[in-house]
Amino acid sequence: MHIDDYNAELTRAGAHVESRLGAVLFLARRHPLGAIGAVVMAVFVLAAVFADLIAPYDPLTVTASLSLAPPSAAHWMGADSFGRDVYSRIVYGARISLAVGIFSTLLGSAFGIVIGLASGFLLGWVDLVVQRLIDILQALPLLVLALVMAAALGPSLENTIIAIAIPLIPYVARVIRANTLTLRELPFVEAARATGMSELRIALRHVLPNTLAPLIVLATAQLGSAILTEASLSFLGLGIPEPYPSWGRMLSESAAEYVRTAPWLVVFPGLAISLVVFGTNLLGDAVRDILDPRQRDG
Amino acid sequence: MAAYVTRRFLLMLLTLFGISVIIFVLLRLVPGNIVDILFDAAGFVNPAEKAQIERDLGLDQPIAVQYARWIGGYSYISEKPALAEILPRIPITARLAGLALGFSILFGVPLGVISAVRQNTALDYLLRILSLSGLSMPAFWLGLLILMGFVAAFGTIPIYSAEPKSFWDSLLMYSVPAAAVGFRSSALIMRLTRSSMLEVLRQDYIRTARSKGASDGTVNYHHALRNAILPVITVIGIEAAFLMGGLIVTETVFNIPGVARFLVEAIRGRDYPIVQNLVMFIAIIVVTVNFIVDLLYAAFDPRIKYAD
Repeated sequence: MHIDDYNAELTRAGAHVESRLGAVLFLARRHPLGAIGAVVMAVFVLAAVFADLIAPYDPLTVTASLSLAPPSAAHWMGADSFGRDVYSRIVYGARISLAVGIFSTLLGSAFGIVIGLASGFLLGWVDLVVQRLIDILQALPLLVLALVMAAALGPSLENTIIAIAIPLIPYVARVIRANTLTLRELPFVEAARATGMSELRIALRHVLPNTLAPLIVLATAQLGSAILTEASLSFLGLGIPEPYPSWGRMLSESAAEYVRTAPWLVVFPGLAISLVVFGTNLLGDAVRDILDPRQRDG
Repeated sequence: MAAYVTRRFLLMLLTLFGISVIIFVLLRLVPGNIVDILFDAAGFVNPAEKAQIERDLGLDQPIAVQYARWIGGYSYISEKPALAEILPRIPITARLAGLALGFSILFGVPLGVISAVRQNTALDYLLRILSLSGLSMPAFWLGLLILMGFVAAFGTIPIYSAEPKSFWDSLLMYSVPAAAVGFRSSALIMRLTRSSMLEVLRQDYIRTARSKGASDGTVNYHHALRNAILPVITVIGIEAAFLMGGLIVTETVFNIPGVARFLVEAIRGRDYPIVQNLVMFIAIIVVTVNFIVDLLYAAFDPRIKYAD
């Protein structure tokens, strides 16, 4: 389905591209902001993967003499109150931020897909129960639910991922359910049923692949909010525990008092969060334009 | 219509009941209760005293009894009724939220319209990048940057005071954090207004209006905006209820003693009765606003009729 869309997009624009690389370059030219987003994301992914090679210092090494050292040639983003190198902590922080963002989005989407498909396909009491559960979960703002979840589970990396994934489930389940309800009435599903295909097979082989496009659009949008929620939770001291270098956590350590005395502790971690979320948002907009022509602006 | 409203209202009550059960169960999963925390702080544990405090707080009662008693429960920390702790903090947060929402509508709607009318110009690109960065910045970081700006410009940071000297002082005191909260919502409202306007501007009746010789202004503001504003109103309603996320971190940054910061304090202190009542309060607001938005939708859009 998405390959068709992709080709349709290219033909519609009158492009004659032979290679896959050519297609990517063409899309990048058509969606320059999306291309910028992809580059920003790539930089952060590389930083996360190769943190060992990129970071000049160990992110956890405490050096008393460097406490609150301002930016210098050796420590170009300065050092925190424990004398830890801020730049190295930000590079390693990309791991935490992306890991929490990606895994909580995947986890939330996986549960959302199963629940949404079951609800839209089985209907009856399953659908009724699921609908009410969605209502309940959506009646609380994302951060409030994540806060209560995080407090209930206790602070750890895994629990933070779960605490952020659960509030994302209803959004995915709703989209998948709505799509399933439309698709199940279409002739090709009827045809599959007529050939004696089992309901489960129809759901997995025919309905699920056709909800992939809206799912990808939604997941890219959620990646950004998952990263922001992690930052907020850790900022409030209820997310990633010490000694992991989480960007949100770095801001809670520095918080309001360093605004006056050590502004580098406030500026750089916040810049990292904003940039990575900006990247996902730019990319998400482009993905939406490409996969969902109904929402196209131009 | 009456049948629909009744059904929606009953579903709303069911949702609220479900939330109360889920929150209650979740908080019973929390590792370590308030008594453990109190005793950790004291440094030693006398089992008899600990059991006495657990009895005083009702923690030895069956779970069902504890559930039945939580509404109107007493704060574990201040020992005052939960409502007496929560109610005085509401006006503070309500003022902040009201101002933030005002900001976001004041900037979001007109800028969204401009962006749509001038689609694909440099101005449109600038506004789109600005709104996208609004959605990307964590609200607490924006708050910290604002504080930093105050230090650079005036050498001090704006401090919350319970009794501001004049109306203008209090307006200033609230509008700085409100701007930090409202930036995100205004970005959201702007993006939505823009795409809603573009959608309408593509319609046939807009072309008809233009071909009849209506001026750009008439077409954009009389024909298009009036039709484009409906989905925006929905989002404004939902955003109003969801401002809470931004308020939580912003009240923490600016040290404002409202309900949002109180929620974080209560969670940290394992003050269950406060957490439960606060979460219920938030849920009631969200659910009520959704209900009102649904009804307004029907009132504004003659195409929607609820007949079941």
